[in-house]
Amino acid sequence: MKNMSKHDLKSNTIPAVVTVGPVALLLLLLVLAPLILVTVMSLCQTDEFYNVVYRFTLVNYSKLLSPDYIKIYGQSLLIAFITTLICVLIGYPFSYVIARTKSKKRQLFYMLVIIPFWTNSLIRIYGWRTFLGSSGWLNKLLMAMGVAAEPIELLYKTGTTVLGMVYCFIPFMVLPLYTAIEKLDASLLEASSDLGARPVKTLFEVILPLTSSGLFSGCIMVFIPCLGYFFVSNILGGGNTDMIGNLIERQFKSANNWPLGAALSIILIVVTLILVKIYQKLGGDMDSLGV
Amino acid sequence: MGTIIELTGVNKIYGTNHVVKDLNLTVEEGEFLTLLGSSGCGKTTTLRMIAGFEEPTTGSIKVEGESIEEKEPFERNVNTVFQTYALFPHKTIFDNIAYGLKMKKVPKAEIKERVLDMMDMVQLTGFENRYPSQLSGGQKQRVAIARALINRPRVLLLDEPLGALDLKLRKQMQLELKRLQKKLNITFIYVTHDQEEALTMSDRIAIMHDGVVDQLASPKDIYEHPATRFVATFIGETNTYDGCVTSMTDGVATVTLENGAVRVKCDDSFNILEYATVSVRPESMRFDTKPHEGFELVAVVKDFIYVGSVLKCIVSLPNGNELKIERLSGQELPEIGSRIYPYWDPMDGVLIHNDSYKIFKALDEIKLA
Repeated sequence: MKNMSKHDLKSNTIPAVVTVGPVALLLLLLVLAPLILVTVMSLCQTDEFYNVVYRFTLVNYSKLLSPDYIKIYGQSLLIAFITTLICVLIGYPFSYVIARTKSKKRQLFYMLVIIPFWTNSLIRIYGWRTFLGSSGWLNKLLMAMGVAAEPIELLYKTGTTVLGMVYCFIPFMVLPLYTAIEKLDASLLEASSDLGARPVKTLFEVILPLTSSGLFSGCIMVFIPCLGYFFVSNILGGGNTDMIGNLIERQFKSANNWPLGAALSIILIVVTLILVKIYQKLGGDMDSLGV
Repeated sequence: MGTIIELTGVNKIYGTNHVVKDLNLTVEEGEFLTLLGSSGCGKTTTLRMIAGFEEPTTGSIKVEGESIEEKEPFERNVNTVFQTYALFPHKTIFDNIAYGLKMKKVPKAEIKERVLDMMDMVQLTGFENRYPSQLSGGQKQRVAIARALINRPRVLLLDEPLGALDLKLRKQMQLELKRLQKKLNITFIYVTHDQEEALTMSDRIAIMHDGVVDQLASPKDIYEHPATRFVATFIGETNTYDGCVTSMTDGVATVTLENGAVRVKCDDSFNILEYATVSVRPESMRFDTKPHEGFELVAVVKDFIYVGSVLKCIVSLPNGNELKIERLSGQELPEIGSRIYPYWDPMDGVLIHNDSYKIFKALDEIKLA
């Protein structure tokens, strides 16, 4: 007892600078400073060689409203939405089955979702390109089976981008869903059935409402990064399905218009914040986003 | 009153685990039947098979004469009160109780009326818009009961419904449940491991042991006439003596023990030289400082245990077995270490068939071979 109280006394006397200081410093350096930098840059002008000139302007933001860009925003939102929808349709039944099964294969199924994570996603997307390409395995197979007379162009379509996105993001849907479904008390399902509910009724009355937090987090964790991902649409969409991420990447890498890129980034951050706010409003738990 | 539930030759096997063994059980309409047993005896599995959450490996379950093994839980006219309550946490108390009626597509106005009636009956008026997490254990329990009863089931299944409540609340809920059962005249099948609860509430008790019903009788019969050694020792406290019936006269048998002989009432089902167990409750035990007629039993006083209105006297037989003898607190007590002669009124003891003869039979067979 004596030792404990001594210890308590000690920990109480450690100044806040020592305990919270390092974390605050890290946040300052890695989150706040870059954010300020991006915000400032989005309000700067460029000279004729696209060097950043630190003079205030709103011209970058007015450029964001050009019809070409608006079309890309719409396209991004649409692709992100379809990707999220497909992730839900595949991820929910899959998570449900692995979370509710009593079999020992449960761990195996879980690992099947996790293992691809261990390989770089860029490499995996290139893998899809090789697989789907005109001289890829799929086309070879289709021709060998006599389904196709000549190679079918499977790449560079919106669908291909969505496929790659779903492939990249499905674990982000499955993991929160798995956690939520696993927590579901089996006796609630029995109670529902006992009270006369058919399985479909139980799904809508009990299962979905009680796993909605997992579903929300899954959707947020797929939808938001989807908007900013550029390499999937680069590699599989071949520039035909530009997303906001592609626009930003291009401003920084090829167009060399950093202030415009910064303004686009700000827009993306604002959209993200709005979505997270909606998520919170719907009762979402912020902790479950921190996977 | 007729039979409402009939289980015939029901077995349940999980892998190598034979949980329910060839169970035959008949439940009468309107009765309060308790399945009593220690954990793992198969009582909850039996209940779950009636509810439809488990399928019997073999055997048939009939409700009102109709086989229901093939029916899903939502097609059965029985409802369950779960041990963990299993209230829907995302629904209000009103919606929880209304759930069954909503599933049956009962008109909204009627649902409202019946839910409010039911809430009144279980004394929860005013709690309609609360959520389960805002209720105490006893209140949750009442919601669970109301949610099941509102469907007017033919049979209500209760799986240790009071297990999570504290002693005082449990006693109060026992009486309330019994009152509800009488008022609504619904058949209750109640699972518990608490023998006092079973004795207080039940019309009949089925004592389960190792997947088998050892005895099915009224609480009084079970306490006074235990059918097996297990029942005798499981219900209440008792002293048991294993021995051999050596004589029978006028319905009283003399049973010879390894360290003496005792007398006990018996019926025609016993034979001379049969192995049997005598069971005598501590409150029926007497003792004297000199040998009592017909009893050859001597013991040494070891200890006294004070339990309120009575005092328990622990005495030990020469073979080391301990007996418990109850005395009223005011009575004069023997000294610790002194020698006493236990006896009882032969009418207060029970003679129970004992299958330990099987051991000797097996030994004989080995010897003969």
